[in-house]
Amino acid sequence: MTPAMAEAADLVLVRAGRRGFVRNMPTKAKVGVGVLLLFVLLAIFGPLLATQNPSAATSIVENSRNIALAPTLHHLFGTDTFGRDVLSEWLFSLRGTVVLGLLTATIASILTVGVGVTAGFLGGIADEGLGLVMNIFIVLPALPLLIIVLTFLPNSGVVTIALVLALLGWSWGARVIRAQTLTLRGRDFVAAARENGERTWRLVVFEVLPNEVSLIAANFVGTFLYAVLTSVALAFLGVTPISTWTLGTMLYWAQNANAYIVGYWWMYVPPGIAVALLGTSLVLINFGLDELGNPRLRGSVGRKMLGGGRARGGAWRPTDATPVEILEPSA
Amino acid sequence: MRFIARRLGFYVIAGWFALTLNFLIPRALPGNAVESMMAKYPNLPPSAIAVLDKDFGVTCHAHLVDGLRQLSCSNGGQGSLLQQYFVYLGHMLHLNFGLSVDFYPTTVASTLHTTLPWTLGLVGTATILSFIIGTGLGILAGWRRGGRFDQAMPGFSFLQAMPYFFLAELLLLLLANTWHLFPASGGSTLGTTAGFNWPFINSVLDHSVLPAFTIIITSMAGWMLQMRNVMITTIGEDYVLAAQAKGLSTRRIMFTYAARNAILPNIAGFALAIGFVVAGAIVMEIVFSYPGVGYQVLAAVTSDDIPTMQGIFLAISFAVLLACLLADVVYVIADPRTRTRAAY
Amino acid sequence: MSAVTATDRNAKATAGATEREPVLEIRDLSIVYSGDVKAVDHVDLSLAPGETVGLAGESGSGKSTLALGMCRLLRPPAVITSGSVIYRGSRVAAGGVELLTQSSKELRKLRWREISIVFQSAMNALNPVLRIRDQLGDVLDAHLNLSSEERHQRLEYLVDIVGIPRDRLRSYPHELSGGMRQRVMIAMALAVDPEVVVMDEPTTALDVVVQREILAQIVELQNELHFGILFITHDLSLLLEIADRIAVMYAGKLVEVGNAEQIHNQPAHPYTQGLLASFPSVHGARKELAGIPGTPPDLSALPPGCPFVPRCRFATDDCRGVDMNIRPVAGSEANHFTACPFVTFESSKSTTGEAPAAVAATSRRRT
Repeated sequence: MTPAMAEAADLVLVRAGRRGFVRNMPTKAKVGVGVLLLFVLLAIFGPLLATQNPSAATSIVENSRNIALAPTLHHLFGTDTFGRDVLSEWLFSLRGTVVLGLLTATIASILTVGVGVTAGFLGGIADEGLGLVMNIFIVLPALPLLIIVLTFLPNSGVVTIALVLALLGWSWGARVIRAQTLTLRGRDFVAAARENGERTWRLVVFEVLPNEVSLIAANFVGTFLYAVLTSVALAFLGVTPISTWTLGTMLYWAQNANAYIVGYWWMYVPPGIAVALLGTSLVLINFGLDELGNPRLRGSVGRKMLGGGRARGGAWRPTDATPVEILEPSA
Repeated sequence: MRFIARRLGFYVIAGWFALTLNFLIPRALPGNAVESMMAKYPNLPPSAIAVLDKDFGVTCHAHLVDGLRQLSCSNGGQGSLLQQYFVYLGHMLHLNFGLSVDFYPTTVASTLHTTLPWTLGLVGTATILSFIIGTGLGILAGWRRGGRFDQAMPGFSFLQAMPYFFLAELLLLLLANTWHLFPASGGSTLGTTAGFNWPFINSVLDHSVLPAFTIIITSMAGWMLQMRNVMITTIGEDYVLAAQAKGLSTRRIMFTYAARNAILPNIAGFALAIGFVVAGAIVMEIVFSYPGVGYQVLAAVTSDDIPTMQGIFLAISFAVLLACLLADVVYVIADPRTRTRAAY
Repeated sequence: MSAVTATDRNAKATAGATEREPVLEIRDLSIVYSGDVKAVDHVDLSLAPGETVGLAGESGSGKSTLALGMCRLLRPPAVITSGSVIYRGSRVAAGGVELLTQSSKELRKLRWREISIVFQSAMNALNPVLRIRDQLGDVLDAHLNLSSEERHQRLEYLVDIVGIPRDRLRSYPHELSGGMRQRVMIAMALAVDPEVVVMDEPTTALDVVVQREILAQIVELQNELHFGILFITHDLSLLLEIADRIAVMYAGKLVEVGNAEQIHNQPAHPYTQGLLASFPSVHGARKELAGIPGTPPDLSALPPGCPFVPRCRFATDDCRGVDMNIRPVAGSEANHFTACPFVTFESSKSTTGEAPAAVAATSRRRT
């Protein structure tokens, strides 16, 4: 659809009725949400299923009999080079990573929306100033800075790490929210509400924010992904304290034990796949949110054709001519 | 041109901010950095300690006197915070990043001097390549809706979500250790001497294939997805429809009308992507034991060599700012609308 | 209701073509979106060489869909489900070319060279990163084989005839004013000498003064170069001035076709009457603007029969059984057609610009 066709097509289709929010959600997003929910469930209930608590002091003697075993019935994911059950580690790490991700995303989202909406709404010098701060944080490489800061905080817990991650990761989303707020501010309905004497904060909460929900959601998901990947990288480097078990911690131990070279694949494959799946689910959700916000991206495969069948030969190029399917002969 | 001047001004401010942040962190965070370093390196001579004190603004040291912890502080000699700041800035201008604790008495600057070229060469080239390849594939994916590329999109998102080093480890396992196609570690083969001689250059290239390949594969997915989405949006624009109505060739429509416009947000988004590129590069170097800045970071972390960490942070920051500036220049060349408007 | 016979349809199709064969003949064209939205429903329209045909209707009536669809420029989920579009330009084979059966490659050769389009928003329809001379030039390169000298001359000629200074060839679209951009669009449309130019609301986005200038320019160019125009707009008053014949669309269907005098003096469909009553006349006594009550219909849920029923003040129960083929207007000339079977004109004398009371003759109030 081009703007030139909007008159005919979009109006027509919009008037044809909104056919339901959930039904319209593309398959990709549904898969993503499903996988994410699975991870959240595992995060909540997983550690209950674990046979060991990897953080707890365990019997060295007991463990030394089980060093680096490949997966068995007793240890479904095998054991690591300290004899600890890898499945238990994995379950606890999942919780750690998911909690860290959610915490970071929440803190960052508060910052993002707060700064972004303020900047977009106030405009002028405040906007310029905040914009400058945002751009600086975007441009500065986060990982080296994180390494330095966390080295100074050797015993930080999950909350501290989440806070630091959020402080360095909020800015890119704020830019997007600010841009959207600027656009909305110029729209008629905001001016109308202002004319009606509506107070600024009410204006923001009830008029502006509802129009930005998909952006905020996409930002939340994106920050979650950033937190997961970055925390894994930090743990892998050995920067985050090993007392908190995250998937990165597992990979750190694997690297330490040279698991890649020696061949202890059960030490690094489960956490690696977990990160990949978790990350993929987040990316898919973002795909779905993208398509919701931008209808043009929807429906790349298979369109409902006459008679309900799928389009023949799915691919379509912009240089293709409008398809002609004569149903009944004309008089 | 006003656009570039404005951006340059911003980068100068950002650079200053990085410097200031670097200055403040050791002083703002709890803990005495010098003491922890002293604990790790008991043989540090007092002159080194004095330098560290200056660098971090530490004035007090703890001593055990009769089993009790006591602080002895030297007064004066450091000056106020502001004075320390100007001394620090002076050091920075002379590229004096302090002394490496791990490799005392080598300066941080000289260690950077050996590692930075490796990283810039490998990561720089690989990033540019992945941008070109990713964007190119994104153009094709966005052009043919429902085509093979388009349907493979979710698969590519998997690549994007995978932790970089996981893929690196896999490749290392397969291509280097199992099939022995490429060397498993290092930047060049032992025994070759650095310089413009073929054996050396050959070994460098040999050693850089796997790391470069890893970077390209993982970051390519991001560019491709973004380009595909923008391409789809751009194809919905009126001027592409007009181009089709004009009866122009497919190639011209795809490149000069669609891609030429679709690539602009990608270039603009380069700055946002660089952060991830850096993170990935650091980790990748560790996996492949590549003698670049990333590998240096690992050593620094293991030994709590904070001056080196700081030097790396500054070096990477300035490299990133420079890359962003270059991307801005490319953007101005590509989008004629920036040449008349004052703001972007 | 009498069924429309093949003879009627033939007569209708060639109506207005006078002596010559129509250069563009659309027959029974239907375009559907997503299986159940009939954006264009069995529409017949023809354009004689050098004639200006106006296509009027409100947003969502299907007029743009019709124009783009006949050139096969619509994108999925649009599908053409019936009809034929025959182009009989002087450069194509005798007997004309059926556009609906052409391949993409063949269409590409026909496009612009034979039928070109002036889009509504020039700012959107011009490529922002190309200079004007490149955008004008690439269509020359695609269709003609000119030497570089001839090409240069042609470019200068094109900007001259639309009244743009020659140095603007080096400019980018964002450096031009709105009016100038629209002139560029027109120059571009005429670049390779088409026989039909489709103009989709070419002046709607401009202010009134510039509108006048552009329209005057278009008329002048048509007199000089003799191309046919399919002028699409919601502004019926505009069409009354510049169009030879006017077709009115509602909800994807043609509701009335006639020449400008007929439409103005004897509007033969309640919708047309409503449109005429929607804009004020400069002359005569002041009267209340009537407008058309109600909202445009939902094209996926159209009631049987005439889609205008909910908004028509003359609607009766019989209207639900109307087949929407247009038929000659009783009491008017042979080339005046309407889809409303209840309209009769008592005499062919025109009334003053008021909405004629002619329809009252055979209608009954809705019970």
